[in-house]
Amino acid sequence: MSLIQFYNVTKVYQPHITALDDISVKIDKGEFVFLVGPSGAGKTTFIRLLFREEVPTRGQILIGGRSIARLKRREVPFLRRNIGIVFQDFRLLPEWTVFENVAFALRVIEVSPREIKPRVEKALERVGLSNRARMFPHQLSGGEQQRAAIARAIVNNPRILVADEPTGNLDPATSREIMKLLEEINYQGTTVIMATHAWDIVNSMRKRVIALQQGRLVRDDREGAYGYEA
Amino acid sequence: MVMKLRTAGYFFKQAGISLWRNFWMSLAAVASVAISMFLLGAFLLLVFNVNYIAASLQSNVEIAVFLQVDTPRQAAYQVRDQVMAMPGVTEVTLVPKEVGLKQLSQQFGGEEELLGATGGVNPLPDYLRVRVADPETIHEVARAIASLPGVEKVNYGQEVVDRLFAVVRWLRWLGAGIILVLGLGALFLIIITIRLTVYSRRREINIMKYVGATDWFIRWPFFLEGLFLGLVGSGCAALAIYAGYSLLLTRAGAALVFIPLLNDRVLLLNSVLSLVAGGALVGALGSLLSIRRFLKV
Repeated sequence: MSLIQFYNVTKVYQPHITALDDISVKIDKGEFVFLVGPSGAGKTTFIRLLFREEVPTRGQILIGGRSIARLKRREVPFLRRNIGIVFQDFRLLPEWTVFENVAFALRVIEVSPREIKPRVEKALERVGLSNRARMFPHQLSGGEQQRAAIARAIVNNPRILVADEPTGNLDPATSREIMKLLEEINYQGTTVIMATHAWDIVNSMRKRVIALQQGRLVRDDREGAYGYEA
Repeated sequence: MVMKLRTAGYFFKQAGISLWRNFWMSLAAVASVAISMFLLGAFLLLVFNVNYIAASLQSNVEIAVFLQVDTPRQAAYQVRDQVMAMPGVTEVTLVPKEVGLKQLSQQFGGEEELLGATGGVNPLPDYLRVRVADPETIHEVARAIASLPGVEKVNYGQEVVDRLFAVVRWLRWLGAGIILVLGLGALFLIIITIRLTVYSRRREINIMKYVGATDWFIRWPFFLEGLFLGLVGSGCAALAIYAGYSLLLTRAGAALVFIPLLNDRVLLLNSVLSLVAGGALVGALGSLLSIRRFLKV
């Protein structure tokens, strides 16, 4: 059974903007998937549905076999503990150090304080920021800030890592480093879903590409390249 | 809503940090809660006291039952017994016409002069002084007495009683209205204060939602902050009310003998405790209302 299953998912924003139109797609455990398409194609809606910031208007979404549209409000946090999220704008808290930013993700889900330190250290090691733990976000480069954000996303060992334009604010060289990092995380078993505009990255990585256009699924290639045309 | 002990410390720390960070705003909120709750408490005690005064005045209201002038004394006793047997009547005194004349002459001058003015005949009827247990039944009792044979006229200061009732009723409504307005004012100020904290923490809250913190985990620090503001504010008000009223009782009690101040420790303590509870409620409600919108992610 696939880890993530979309069945005829449609999302309509009132009054009548169809953000996603009848999407059916399956993503297996351990896959690395690019979500591509022009602005307004529905990439962000797709991601929001994944961690249930939105609920589908029609259709069914299963994660690990569970319907997430039917989750009760109080169950949503527990879904999100299995999904790490990385944003284009990093979303680090500026008044806290890198260590505190990463530790925050564990503290607020009530991980015992004894466990927090070693887990944060391990996550920082994985993203190569061990020597930046005591620094504040503004003392870091853009690439390092995104690494810190990725450390925060993976510190709870989620099964799925969702990244919405994670290289959108970074130069090409830094972007390639971030992609290398995401690939490593993927090799260690985490399913990675990344929405992006960066065609050069997509083309160089030869991963599965799901292309959306005007809310419709227009292409799903196993080892795809960018491009909206068939 | 269950809080693990080790997280409780974290919540208290967070609440403390925001209170300290928004020190002046917190102080303003505490002060406004204190002032609202103080006025509320003062008004509560005023209402209690007016009620008390009204009740004691009402319980002093008597029904004067004038019998027909030519009623024989024997018949007068019969009427007295009939009235005594009525439900709700606690005391009946028959005042014979001779006694009535004496009372009148004590007020207006010599008995002989009065008798002289009326040609030597006592013009007064016998009359009954009637007290009832519940002042609110005075209408019914009076009406029943008026229908008895031999009764000429029933007089019980109906207008005074009615006016007192009207004042008390009006005061109760006014009190409820003022209490509602003041309570809403305090609630509003707490909402604003907490919302400042929530706003300064909106990015934290946003991240907490994304990494899977539960709604109650996010709410607790704000909840505690609001509770603290409400409790401290209403606590100050309660202390002031308690001390102020006690002082009033000891100092003014002697000077204002003719106004019977309510001296009931239990009631005072209850009022003061309700103020504290009310402040806590307002604080908790305020914080929950301020954070509601920010939890929708």
